[in-house]
Amino acid sequence: MTTAGLIFSNIHDQSIPEMTRQRTMASIPFGCRYRLVDFALSNMVNSNITNVGIITHYNYRSLLDHIGTGKDWDLARRSGGIKLLPPYVTAYENNIAGRLYESRLEAIVSAGNFVNRCNADYIVLSDCDVILNIDLNEVVKEHIRTGAYVTIVTKRLNTANHHFDGNVGVVSIEEDGSIADIASYKPQDDTGEVDISTNIVVMSRTDLQAVIAESVARGYKDFWKDIVAKQIPNKRVRAYRFDGWYAYISSLESYFAVSMQLLGDDARHNLFAQPNRQIYTKLRNSAPVKYTDNAVVKNSLVADGCVIEGTVENSILFRDVHVGRGTVVRNSILLQDSYVGANVNLNCVVTDKNVIIKDDRNLSGHETMPFFIEKGTMV
Amino acid sequence: MYKKKECVVMLLAGGQGSRLYALTTKTAKPSVSFGGKYRIIDFPLSNCTNSGLDTVGVLTQYQPLYLNDYIGTGLPWDLDRTFGGVKILPPYQGQNGSDWYKGTANAIWQNMEFINRYDAEYVLILSGDHIYKMDYAKMLDFHKKKGADCTIAVIDVPKEEASRFGIMSANEDGSIFKFTEKPKNPDSTLASMGIYIFNKNKLQSYLEADSKDPASANDFGKNIIPAMLAAKERMFAYPFEGYWKDVGTISSLWEANMDLLGEKPTLSLSDESWRIYSRQEASAPQYIGANATVVNSTLTAGCEIYGSVKNSVLGAGVKVEAGAVVEDSVLMENVVIKAGAVVKYAILDSGVCIGAGATVGEDRATANEVAVVGADVAVPAGKVIEAGAMISKL
Repeated sequence: MTTAGLIFSNIHDQSIPEMTRQRTMASIPFGCRYRLVDFALSNMVNSNITNVGIITHYNYRSLLDHIGTGKDWDLARRSGGIKLLPPYVTAYENNIAGRLYESRLEAIVSAGNFVNRCNADYIVLSDCDVILNIDLNEVVKEHIRTGAYVTIVTKRLNTANHHFDGNVGVVSIEEDGSIADIASYKPQDDTGEVDISTNIVVMSRTDLQAVIAESVARGYKDFWKDIVAKQIPNKRVRAYRFDGWYAYISSLESYFAVSMQLLGDDARHNLFAQPNRQIYTKLRNSAPVKYTDNAVVKNSLVADGCVIEGTVENSILFRDVHVGRGTVVRNSILLQDSYVGANVNLNCVVTDKNVIIKDDRNLSGHETMPFFIEKGTMV
Repeated sequence: MYKKKECVVMLLAGGQGSRLYALTTKTAKPSVSFGGKYRIIDFPLSNCTNSGLDTVGVLTQYQPLYLNDYIGTGLPWDLDRTFGGVKILPPYQGQNGSDWYKGTANAIWQNMEFINRYDAEYVLILSGDHIYKMDYAKMLDFHKKKGADCTIAVIDVPKEEASRFGIMSANEDGSIFKFTEKPKNPDSTLASMGIYIFNKNKLQSYLEADSKDPASANDFGKNIIPAMLAAKERMFAYPFEGYWKDVGTISSLWEANMDLLGEKPTLSLSDESWRIYSRQEASAPQYIGANATVVNSTLTAGCEIYGSVKNSVLGAGVKVEAGAVVEDSVLMENVVIKAGAVVKYAILDSGVCIGAGATVGEDRATANEVAVVGADVAVPAGKVIEAGAMISKL
């Protein structure tokens, strides 16, 4: 039995427009040294899925740069490995074969060649904004055991503690594990605990090939309505309940909140300390972190290459960030190569890459509305 | 397929480094950890790649498993090449018998074929036990400009230390007229850095002659260099200025690590124009706990600090539990310091675990020597390890 993977890199770009102006959702920096796609990719690699396609649509330059040959995920292979699947543009008239795909189903159809040639029995489809450490082998095994058409990985979450929006699919699961309904989340039917779809899905390759063929023939556009929902009456849409730590990003506010959860041992250990299931990322040769005599660091995550001369509390510092003397950084996320001068005060600030904050600046947001500073800005 | 290479590098990495004792029981000196995320051999390898030299033979002999693993395909140093790249050269069995590398010169002699495959004109010989950043391309230019047969990199050392080194005496134009290995009364302060560039043909003929001399120690410093001097070959001293440290002893290894600390460190690794590369694992980012103190130290990925760390260098994945104190120390990867333990003026090799409430070493002000605990030693809770102790097994 072999399994291949298919990752959607642009699928929720509109959730967090501040950070996706020049990048895909997949390449949003997260958790000190990672990009979001690292979680989906590492889960696949750690589950021996070594033939992975990443469907891209636009803005994929940063993703190409991040993935490179795939070596950092051990996916630089002669056979299989990683394949980026950009839109197919021909040299002829109507050169984008009609138009660019928009929906999940259209994206799958565009990856038809990958599916036809991947030579796997099963395919795991995954979004790129799912932050979790999961053994996908178990999901595939369960899929085979139950003879399901589609197996969806679900997670029970309490609506009070999580940021939900209309993009989230709420699933009702029967006692036998089959799914009775998938609907968009509506705040009014808030019931405390809900099972949501992580959008990690397993199907057999032959079924997926049939989906592609049928979608082309009938002009289907919606994966959930046109394909999955039709199998619900047959009880062949099933849930795999994941009980580890899981988060997804739906807005800048949730990006901030989810990032801050990493400061807690529970999320951090669940995500990063699973034996034999590390999260891989592109390695960058930064020097170790330097703390000077004046450094005061509390409850923070710090990536290599940082130089800390001031105070950092409850914050996440990406690679090669500089925090100057007399500066106080609290409750903030500073993306890679941010430079913070001397005597600066930051509270609830998110700086994108290469931001420069000059000496003596005071910047503050609120945890429900972090102050975001765009890539390359000088303040 | 072999492309011609003007200069091939031979890196001598077979030495045991017996003066590092507890740190080299399982691994050769070049693969001893340095500066948190590096190994000693990262320095010559990174210097090669930064100098544009892409063909490197690494001669291994003592405990090579870890070193072989570490170098792998050479990818971290950008030496995973189709033409050239890094190659491990262990001793081998040939048609005329088999032999260990009998000395530095013999190691090169046994691998002349590697050098000749690339049709090299020059051979750069390095050793794997120094911490320094050097542009070998400049030294090669110097060698060519002087029309030298052999160029030896030298560094000015304090007069009182000169008797530890091979000392050169050179004329104003840089030509060497005298070389003494570890002189009792040095008449010069130019110390050999163990970095040589030879014209390939000259090297080959001297190595061949040396191999036929049963009395020879087959060593560059003891045999080849004196023989070339005696024959009045064109030999030049290439002066190097900058940071250079032989980390062959416990105290020099400790000092070199400490040289990374401070606001203006003597040795900076954050220089973008001359990066030092290393093989890294994908560990989680380092986490500094709410009650931790980290001052004047350098830490790398995977560390989790809940206690106090001061004037120290910590490798990947080090855990310092609440109430534990680490001062003036070098902790290599995956060391665990349990709650309430105190580590002062010590080097702890990888995988060491210091039990709760245990003590290793003492205040630097009063301790006479650095305490050393070898790889994977578990120090039981409450145990006291004295200053200057050298522990490889408990």
